[in-house]
Amino acid sequence: MNTSTTPLRGDLQLIFDWITPNSRVLDLGCGDGELLAALVKHKNCQGYGLEIATDYVLAAMQRGINVIQADLEAGLQHFNDNSFDIIVLSQTIQSMQNTEKILREMKRVAREAIVTFPNFGYWRNRLQIALRGHMPVSERMPYQWYNTPNIHWCTLQDFDKLCAKNHLNVLQRAVMSGNKRISLWPNLLGSLAFYRVG
Amino acid sequence: MKEIDSIGLVTPQKLFFDCPLTLQNGSVLPHFELMIETYGCLNADKSNAVLICHALSGNHHVAGYHNRDDKHPGWWDNMVGPGKPVDTNRFFVVGLNNLGGCHGSTGPLSINPTTGQAYGAEFPMVTVKDWVKSQAMLADRLGIQQWAAIMGGSLGGMQALQWAIDEPKRLRHALIIASAPRLSTQNIAFNDVARQAILTDPDFCQGHYVQQQKIPRRGLRIARMMGHITYLAEDGLGKKFGRQMRQPNYQYDYNVEFEVESYLRYQGDKFAEMFDANSYLLMTKALDYFDPAKDFDGDLVAAVSTIQAKIFLASFSSDWRFSPRRSQELLDALVAANKPVQYIALNSVHGHDAFLMEDKDYQAAIRIYFNNIASELTL
Repeated sequence: MNTSTTPLRGDLQLIFDWITPNSRVLDLGCGDGELLAALVKHKNCQGYGLEIATDYVLAAMQRGINVIQADLEAGLQHFNDNSFDIIVLSQTIQSMQNTEKILREMKRVAREAIVTFPNFGYWRNRLQIALRGHMPVSERMPYQWYNTPNIHWCTLQDFDKLCAKNHLNVLQRAVMSGNKRISLWPNLLGSLAFYRVG
Repeated sequence: MKEIDSIGLVTPQKLFFDCPLTLQNGSVLPHFELMIETYGCLNADKSNAVLICHALSGNHHVAGYHNRDDKHPGWWDNMVGPGKPVDTNRFFVVGLNNLGGCHGSTGPLSINPTTGQAYGAEFPMVTVKDWVKSQAMLADRLGIQQWAAIMGGSLGGMQALQWAIDEPKRLRHALIIASAPRLSTQNIAFNDVARQAILTDPDFCQGHYVQQQKIPRRGLRIARMMGHITYLAEDGLGKKFGRQMRQPNYQYDYNVEFEVESYLRYQGDKFAEMFDANSYLLMTKALDYFDPAKDFDGDLVAAVSTIQAKIFLASFSSDWRFSPRRSQELLDALVAANKPVQYIALNSVHGHDAFLMEDKDYQAAIRIYFNNIASELTL
C-alpha cells in the first residue's frame, strides 16, 4: 500500500497499512510526524498530531504537518466528540499515568483507535525475569527500572482484558518482533503489539 | 548601532491615501497617511511579501536602525533581518504604524482637515477591522495581491487573525503569537485602569492637551507602569530585581527604595515622552473591542470557518496576560473548523513580553515555518 519512496519505520508501516485512505486521523504522541506526513501525502488523509516534546514538535513542524504541542495526560479537550475517523496511540500508553482515561477519551473523539505497546509477555522479557531475576531491558524497552518513563507494563492478555472492561471491540491485532510480523504465539513471540479497536 | 547581523540603516516612508476610509463606527477619514518601513526586496511576481503587525505601543520600525547613533534597533530586530527567522534575503517585509498611532500614520496628533487643528480627542475610534481595511489598501498600493504571511504578537496577532477572516484570499499564512481571540474580562479591566489613569490626569484637558500645550505625563506614566507589570511574569521580575534596594536601610518615605520601583518609573517616564495619550486610549479600546466571533453570534468556530490561510500559533508558559489557554481557545476553534494549524506552547519566564525576546525554540519554530513558506513559494 505504501507508495512512498522512503519506507516508514517498520512499526509505523503496519499502522499506515491499517488506515484507510481519506481518513481523518489524530496521532497522539506523533513524534517527528513521520506517520502523519506519510498518511497525508500517500493516503490523502487529513489530520493533527499531538506531541509534548518541543524538539519533536519542531521536527514535525519541519515536515509541515498540523502539529499541536500538548500533554496527553490533560486529556483531549481540544477535540470534539466523534471528530476523527481514527486515532493512533503509538508506544505511549505504557508511559501514561492515567491509562483508562486516555482510552475513554480516544473512544469519545474517534470511531476507531490503533494502540501499540511493547509486550511485556515477550519471551525475552519473561526469560530475563525468570532466569536472571531482573527487570527486562531490551530493544523495545531500553530503560532500567529506575529511569524508565514506562510505568504501566502489560501483556496482550492484559490489554485484551482492559479493552473488554472499557467496551472496546478488538477489530484487528498483530505483533512484531524486530521488523518482522509474527503470527504464531503472539503473546510469547511478539515484542511489539498492535491493536485496532472500536 | 550594535548588531552586525542587523539589516542596518533603514528609512521609513509615508504613504498618502487620497480616498475616504469609512471606519467600523461609521466615521469617515476623508484621506489618510500610513507610515511604513520595508526590508528586503519584493520579487517579480510579488509573492514574497510579509506584513508585520504591531502590538499596543509598537510602530513601523520593526528592524534595523534609523541612524548610526541609535542605541536600539527596531522592536523585532531579533526576528527580522538577513539570515534571521524572517529572512529578508528571501522575504520582502513590511512594517507599518497603524491608524490612530502616534508615529507618523494619521492619528490624534494629525491635523483634522475640517478644523485645521490636531484631531486630539476628536480622532475617531479605530478597530482591528479598520486596520485590516487600511492594510489591504496598503497592499493594493504596493501591488501585493496576496501576502506570503501576516505575522504579529499580542494585538498584532489579532490583526493577523482578523486578516485571515476578513480577506481569506489575500494571505497564505497567519502567524498569531501570544495572542487571543478576544480579551478576557481581566484584560479589559486592566485596560480600563490604564485609561482611567490618563483620563483623570489634570493635564489631559478632555483630550485637547496639545492645544493647551500640555502632556498628561502622570497618567501615561501610571498606565505604562501598570501595563508593564502585567507584561512581565512574577518569576522573571523576581529574578531580575528581587527585593534589591538602593540603600541598605528602609527610608520610611515614598521615594524610590526598591530597584523595581526605579525600573518601573524609568519605563513610565520614557513612555510618557514618546507616546501620545489619545493614541494609547484608542489602542486599548481597539484591544477591548476585538472579538471576531461577535459577528457570528459568539461562535468562534463559525468565525474562523472561512479562513483559507494556514495558521501558526505560539504561546508562552509564563504569559498570564495572554495565557496559553487563550491561544488554545483559538486552536480549538480552528481544529473544530478543520483548518490547518501548527501550535507550539513555549516555555519562558518572560511573561507576555516573551514574544519580543530571543529564545532558541521560539526562533527555531519561526525559522522552520518561514523556511516552509519559502519552499512552498520556491523562493
